[in-house]
Amino acid sequence: MSKRRPYVRPMAGWWRKNPFFVEYMIHEGTALFVAAYALILLTGLVYLAHGEAAWNVWLEGLKNPWYIAFHWLALAAMCYHTYTWFKIMPRTMPPVIVGGKRLPDFAITGSGLAVAVTASLAMFGLVWGMAR
Amino acid sequence: MKRPLKRSNAPIFWALFGAGGMLSALLGPILVFITGLAVPLGMLLPADTMSYANMQAFAQNIIGKGFIFAIIALFLWHAAHRIFHSLHDIGIHAGIVAKLICYGGAMVATLITAYELLAIGF
Repeated sequence: MSKRRPYVRPMAGWWRKNPFFVEYMIHEGTALFVAAYALILLTGLVYLAHGEAAWNVWLEGLKNPWYIAFHWLALAAMCYHTYTWFKIMPRTMPPVIVGGKRLPDFAITGSGLAVAVTASLAMFGLVWGMAR
Repeated sequence: MKRPLKRSNAPIFWALFGAGGMLSALLGPILVFITGLAVPLGMLLPADTMSYANMQAFAQNIIGKGFIFAIIALFLWHAAHRIFHSLHDIGIHAGIVAKLICYGGAMVATLITAYELLAIGF
């Protein structure tokens, strides 16, 4: 019996044809940076548990230009993740009814972004205060 | 005769995805900036912000421990879920093997995080 080779519709690059899907792939792709950053932190934690000498090796390693470049990219990806996370939120959470009217999308996205900015400033202030 | 519906484990993964997504949306950018840019480049923050003494004290503190654990574990569960559900889009079959690699990886990393935090002591 000859082997059949059924036709499989090629799907390489399907998302590049439509800007909507390009954006979708970019915002899904931020997960790669979230994972990579978490793994860098985990590595740091392992080094920290191994004592001061090990920790300093890890800390010095962060000054490597490749790591710096990665963190600039990761910062951009994280900011984009924050933006899309709250942009999608009106569709991922149950509708909020205020005074018999549905809360508009921009109010949900806007308050999400405002909370993110506040949390970031508070975090930075906390670290700055503790380190001083 | 009606058999009870088989319970799905999907809500657990969705919840972890949502928690990690929210945490990384709120604090991801500033954490990347602090640990990856401000401290290594010596901008804005004191040079010894992430010194061994400071970080050990932080990791020994119960609140610090919880924070480190939540950040690393939830970021990874978020990413694992999102990557798993994007595999099909880039032409990789999202079967049991892919599931084991994605969620299994997050689980292993979570256990390592917990182990190291306990190893650092209180």
